[in-house]
Amino acid sequence: MTAPLDEASVRSLVPGVLAVLVRRGADFAAAEDAVQEALLEAVRRWPADPPRDARGWLVAVAWNRYLDAWRADASRRRREDLAGEEPAPGPVPDVDDTLWLYFLCAHPSLTPSSAVALTLRAVGGLTTRQIARAYLVPEATMAQRISRAKRTVSGVRLDRPGDVATVLRVLYLVFNEGYSGDVDLAAEAVRLTRRLAAVVDHPEVSGLLALMLLHHARRASRTAPDGSLVPLAEQDRSRWDTAAVAEGIGILQAALARDRLGEFQAQAAVAALHADAPTAEETDWVQIVEWYDELARLTDNPVVRLNRAVAVGEADGPRAGLAALTAVDPALPRHTAAAAYLHERDGDLATAARLYAEAARKAHSVAERDHLTRRAARLNAARGR
Amino acid sequence: MAKYLLLKHYRGAPAAVNDVPMDRWTPEEVSAHIAYMNDFAARLEETGEFVDGQALAPEGTFVRYDGEGRPPVTDGPFAETKDLIAGWMVIDVDSYDRALELAGELSAAPGAGGKPIHEWLEVRPFLSAPPTVTE
Repeated sequence: MTAPLDEASVRSLVPGVLAVLVRRGADFAAAEDAVQEALLEAVRRWPADPPRDARGWLVAVAWNRYLDAWRADASRRRREDLAGEEPAPGPVPDVDDTLWLYFLCAHPSLTPSSAVALTLRAVGGLTTRQIARAYLVPEATMAQRISRAKRTVSGVRLDRPGDVATVLRVLYLVFNEGYSGDVDLAAEAVRLTRRLAAVVDHPEVSGLLALMLLHHARRASRTAPDGSLVPLAEQDRSRWDTAAVAEGIGILQAALARDRLGEFQAQAAVAALHADAPTAEETDWVQIVEWYDELARLTDNPVVRLNRAVAVGEADGPRAGLAALTAVDPALPRHTAAAAYLHERDGDLATAARLYAEAARKAHSVAERDHLTRRAARLNAARGR
Repeated sequence: MAKYLLLKHYRGAPAAVNDVPMDRWTPEEVSAHIAYMNDFAARLEETGEFVDGQALAPEGTFVRYDGEGRPPVTDGPFAETKDLIAGWMVIDVDSYDRALELAGELSAAPGAGGKPIHEWLEVRPFLSAPPTVTE
């Protein structure tokens, strides 16, 4: 008899198992390797021989693996005539174990790509192979990226909590990567953020979770069966995940009530206003513009001003939107696409078609490029070129 | 976390500073050049930035569809083709600046006289998947 392995529930055990090893005195890098080996062993053995206590099994196997590696290392050190001591119990981190891991894996000394990779492995419990496939790089490259990241943070002592904003940036990056590979990074980011929200009380963590849930809710309607992008205004809203929308809005409202506004809460508020509109025409663009004004006060990210100009175009008409766009750096990605859209709304189809074609040449993704090319082609065909 | 193609041209790029054809180098200079390229790739593997590296044979054939039930038409190779790709390296890096930095290092590969070639490499960003958050 073999039972199917519930991968998500196995992976959710990883941070706890890792924390036990570290608490027993293992250094982070070696403990993390040992847990990864135990995880691979579990994947091999559990379908035929499921353990009664999954967490206990992982702790025991990981600890044995850690000791094997430590002994091999110690005997090598002895051969090299260096002192080898038994692993001594180390300091116990004075914060929640999971939270401590989040902070370590998003440590500011790491580059964004290494923080992402380390978080997915040590907190998310993904294998190196899965992470490599998600980011479309060779497994050896990802293995190196992770081991370098571990070396970078190996000396870090987390005697006080880190900055939660660094963790949120890493989780946002994972979410925004989407779902191109065979690992669903967006769903993984939601899972990791949900778990973070359970161990730390911070309105911006709630804000990010709400933002993710509200965007995740639209996922089924974001692409057509042929893989092409469906813009928000044309999405089939009956396919939005109403449970995720309701959960996202609930989380956001509770966060906003605490009156400590931050970037992610404001972004989630925009997403909530879209989610609330039964049809695209009924979108409350005036409120959306107000939220973009809030966002502009919170961050100097120029993309906010670009999105605000598009929202102004919906609230006050395309001329007002184009006027707002003149204050935005034209070098921004999607600036030309926004201009094309506003000119189309204004009825200047020749300019719009030309700008859509130009925006397609500047697009950063294949789906976006194809979408913009189709819009240019549609306008050109309608004008009977 | 973006992929870039570092493209090496046989022809079509502006002339390198140390522009001596490879067959005029000493055998040791050729070996030093190849070792530099291999070391560079190995270093990128170690930093977790390497995706792929390939070299191409200089001569290719043009092929096109010639209608239902007919074999494809071939033509070439054309000796006069203006642009000729020698090979590429694909990197996955945190920033555009890092891509430029690495291309600069690769361009410093030694050539004739053991001096850097200073060849022009073309850096081209990959198109990626669209971001999840769009507004």
